[in-house]
Amino acid sequence: MFNDKTAKFILLAGLVLCVGGALAPNWIVNQFMFGFARALAILGLMVLWRTGLVSFGHAFYFGLGAYAVAILDIELGVTDVFLRLVAGAVVAGTAGFLIGFIMRNYRDIFFAMLNTAISMVLFGIVVKTESLGSTDGFAISMSTILGFAPETKYPLFVIITLIGLTSALLVNFYLKTTVGKLTTAIRDNEIRVEYLGFSVAHAIHLKYTISTILAGGAGALMAMSLGQVDPESMINWTVSGELVFVTILSGPGNVIAPFIGSLVFEVLRTYAFELAPQAWQLIMGATFLTIIFFVPGGIWSLLEKLGGKKNAK
Amino acid sequence: MEAALTILLDGLQFSSYLFIVSAGLTIIFGVMKILNVAHGSFYAWGAYTAAFFIGKFSDMGLPDALGFLIIVAAAIVVGVILGFIIEQGILKYMYERDEVLIVLATFGLFLVLEDIILIAFGTDPYFAYQPMALLDAVEMGGIVRDVYGLTLIGVAALVAVGCWWLLNKTKWGTLLKAVIFDREVGIAMGINVPLVYTLTFIGGAILGGLGGAYIAPTISVAPGLGTEVIVLSFAVVVVGGMGSIAGAAIGSLIIGILRAIAVHELPQVELFVVFAVMAVVLVFRPEGLFAPAKPRKI
Repeated sequence: MFNDKTAKFILLAGLVLCVGGALAPNWIVNQFMFGFARALAILGLMVLWRTGLVSFGHAFYFGLGAYAVAILDIELGVTDVFLRLVAGAVVAGTAGFLIGFIMRNYRDIFFAMLNTAISMVLFGIVVKTESLGSTDGFAISMSTILGFAPETKYPLFVIITLIGLTSALLVNFYLKTTVGKLTTAIRDNEIRVEYLGFSVAHAIHLKYTISTILAGGAGALMAMSLGQVDPESMINWTVSGELVFVTILSGPGNVIAPFIGSLVFEVLRTYAFELAPQAWQLIMGATFLTIIFFVPGGIWSLLEKLGGKKNAK
Repeated sequence: MEAALTILLDGLQFSSYLFIVSAGLTIIFGVMKILNVAHGSFYAWGAYTAAFFIGKFSDMGLPDALGFLIIVAAAIVVGVILGFIIEQGILKYMYERDEVLIVLATFGLFLVLEDIILIAFGTDPYFAYQPMALLDAVEMGGIVRDVYGLTLIGVAALVAVGCWWLLNKTKWGTLLKAVIFDREVGIAMGINVPLVYTLTFIGGAILGGLGGAYIAPTISVAPGLGTEVIVLSFAVVVVGGMGSIAGAAIGSLIIGILRAIAVHELPQVELFVVFAVMAVVLVFRPEGLFAPAKPRKI
């Protein structure tokens, strides 16, 4: 599991980030927190994207994870980081596993649309239900770590980084197993995969469930980093679009890509918003189009070119 | 009885504007196989352009009746300009790419167009009530309705008949159907497919703009307008069957009337019901309720 370049790089980068985070100013830590929290969802979408599936509705799982944290906090007063994270991932993963039975039969635009429909159902429920916070959402109390309440955001940042690192390692490992390698194979030719003796439906179901667990975890982490949840920025279809955007921006080349892509997205958005509050979406949209047209492999492919394929693996 | 009539008329009005917008979406999908997220922006652009000029003309003291002319002109101008630029500038180069990737590209376009609206028109809402005020209200079956809303139903009917006539009674319609059925054979038969694509996209964009322009007098035209409409029209075309005009009509009737019932009887489920129907249709009949199953082409 640790004997390839990617895994070694992830471990090293994790170490550097955890140390660096202690020295870095607050706003940088914040950017990394948001970036890495989102990256978890992107990691899952990347697995789907490699399979040729694009979900235009993963905000459903992202939102489920976030709202699981909020509701646990309000109803039961659960503030522990790990409990919250597990709750978000389990709720979203369970929903994803069940919905996966239907979803595994869908491809292309129908797959994208069914995901959109399901996420908008949740959006419709949350927006119109007072007890779920309606359009205002909820504020979430500060997270505690195994009983002690941290004073800065640094501990939460370390936890998010470590969770991101672990997930990246696991997904990296998964993609190297036989079932994991079925990603591109399914994308290229499903019938051939069936003839090789694998069930395409099962493989897609597994990938879908993985992606929903990761999206739920990402939602939970995002809710904790932001300290609040609301439907407009957690469940609406534009959020799903944003997630897909970052996936394409990152590129499917490597499990490290989602983390770099999310950071770039976070920085891009912050600066675009500061530079031109009226035109930040324009800048994002134009970037997106540029990536689709000229850099189909995303940022990762640029890095590969820069590094002369040295780090590619 | 009066409540039922109100629901029916509300539903019909809502269906009408959904149909006008979705017809454009479904035509573009049917011919070009593009699920156009930027369609929501055509709608928003239509609404903004109409509202802006209706306000301007009214300030200049011109008769309010010109408003109707502005609405049609706004739709055509928005559709032709945006449709032409987007199809020729961007989509043209994407036809060889993956369908899903084209959806993503139109999502990028949607983001860009949303912000150009903000830059061009600012963040303050526009009110263009003049055409609506002009037409007064009538009493029918014990309830009072404004005539403008009722004309919306007429416009939708006109669009429906127009599309049917164009597709089934003209040479253009025959060409379109040939391209829809098989693009390559169409090219082999000497049909100028790139031109058909450009015109189709412009036509669809005009319908999107018309939906926005016509609804503008009844609402406050504010940022974020296109965001809701586009998912609603996705729901409509999915329910009716993607790429079919009749499907769009049936889809918008189902969704419009269901939503009107929800708004009046159980407002909490207003949005839920729309997308629940969409999800259920996708699960049980992904090709849409009334679209015939397609034979598989080799």
